[in-house]
Amino acid sequence: MSYEAVMARRGEIMKKAIGIDYDVFESGSIAFDYERMMKETGYSLQEIEEIQKRTGVGNTPIIELRNLTKLARKFAPKGKGARIFIKDEACNPSGSFKARRAATSCYHAKKLGYKGVIAATSGNYGAAVASQAAMQGLKCIVVQECYDSRGVGQPEIIEKARACEAYGAEVVQLSVGPELFYTFLVLLEETGFFNASLYSPFGIAGVETLGYEISMQFREKEGRDPDAVVITNAGGGNLTGTARGLLKAGAIDTKIIGASVSLEGLHMASDTQFNRKSFTTGHTGFGIPFATWPDRSDVPRSAARPLRYIDRYVTVNQGSVFYMTELLAQIEGLERGPAGNTSLAAAFKLAQEMDEDQIIVVQETEYTGAGKHINPQLTFAKENGIEIIIGDPADEVPGKNIILPKDPSYVKTQELDLDRIRRSYIRNAINNMNVTEATQEDIEFLAKDTKSSIEFVKSILDELGVKY
Amino acid sequence: MDAKRGDWVRIHNIVLEAGQRASNIPEDTQNVPLEMWVKGFLLDEAANIGDKVKVETYIGRIVEGTLIEVNPYYKHDYGKAVPEVLYIGRQAREILGEEAEKVD
Repeated sequence: MSYEAVMARRGEIMKKAIGIDYDVFESGSIAFDYERMMKETGYSLQEIEEIQKRTGVGNTPIIELRNLTKLARKFAPKGKGARIFIKDEACNPSGSFKARRAATSCYHAKKLGYKGVIAATSGNYGAAVASQAAMQGLKCIVVQECYDSRGVGQPEIIEKARACEAYGAEVVQLSVGPELFYTFLVLLEETGFFNASLYSPFGIAGVETLGYEISMQFREKEGRDPDAVVITNAGGGNLTGTARGLLKAGAIDTKIIGASVSLEGLHMASDTQFNRKSFTTGHTGFGIPFATWPDRSDVPRSAARPLRYIDRYVTVNQGSVFYMTELLAQIEGLERGPAGNTSLAAAFKLAQEMDEDQIIVVQETEYTGAGKHINPQLTFAKENGIEIIIGDPADEVPGKNIILPKDPSYVKTQELDLDRIRRSYIRNAINNMNVTEATQEDIEFLAKDTKSSIEFVKSILDELGVKY
Repeated sequence: MDAKRGDWVRIHNIVLEAGQRASNIPEDTQNVPLEMWVKGFLLDEAANIGDKVKVETYIGRIVEGTLIEVNPYYKHDYGKAVPEVLYIGRQAREILGEEAEKVD
């Protein structure tokens, strides 16, 4: 089975493995009917609540981080320093919010009569799918990018492999490279299993309950919706699902803020740089490419479309996330993460810009453990030649050093220019769909898909010299 | 003989040789093969490390590859001492002072 032959059959393999004919949602140009896809292939919020309840997923507690809020206020102008809350998603069966995505995917696979599920993931999603497959009586294969060419494995990914095996899954581990997708396709074809893609409508709909719960919990607790929700952003599904859930609850004034760890300068497909990063997800290496071209995923049309919902996008450095992880344990008594604490690091700073009576929510935590915990991560970084410095995070160079903020005032966020990201997305849409003339439908779609305006889209098309 | 039929083992395979890698990836990755590791129960009667063998994976798939480990186990841990992080909790507690214990 040659690489080219398998890749050429990609569309056919995918259709069989996910049971969706994406063609019916296509316009023949850039536009496709996103909402119809979500409606016709997904489940209603109530159905998903039922599915998740059966396997103990969801309804995780909201915890007010009083000490962290007090600490943030020490460094905020008078009257500033919003109350910081966290949704303890680590309480889900497999230890992260990914159980929500996996629950719906596995339920759907079972309903359609598939014997097993396959997921391509090096992160928490693997454990989530393996756990849900165990609960729903399905076989499971998880395909991971795990080792560099020296055979050195990323400890966090190795821990995920352990977790998957604990739930009875088979783990196929690969060395660095995007051709993982080839192995994934070969396995789908060989087994006839369901593609439990992170980017299917079922997967994203599974996260909607997270956003919906946040709104319901705050209305009950505080009598209103939160002012801002901060979401760690990688492939965009966490942000998309949460935002959709908030909207379904009617929380239209809640600001959606994405946060990623900055890994600027590191190439995600580089064998030699693979083990020079301390974050395997939640970073800009996924966040930016997936925001600027969501349809690069393992399904023809991704249900995760972060630009559609995002109001603001910030980055934090690796050192600040490790620092906040330690603080969360030390002054809040919650040992979680680190990767899931990316949004916490951002929230700590963002809270200082907001009024004291406002509410900012960090919408996830994840379990910690051997390999994942900050100690093994920082040990691993040192063993790979990364310097650990206590200083100003602004000086951090990913792949060279990790800078822990020397005091809480040094925890800062970097603002990403959303219009620039929107522009990249529009350019990619034009190029990847080989469009020379955009239709009226395309323009309307792009305006919606980038949460911008018809005028904005037209101005970019003018700039790119694309007719409409 | 390192392993007998039914033993839990780990095998290794080359998925793509260095020359067969995708063209749009960084050069350092193109210069090395795409490798794969899988675990399973040995199907051969007996084998030594380095032999080509067949295994049945935990979910029942048959895979061929080179035997590299018998009774593989996880070695990841909580790392070594990282004295660099020890200031974080103490400093935060000091900044908070008595406020940390105050109930609001």
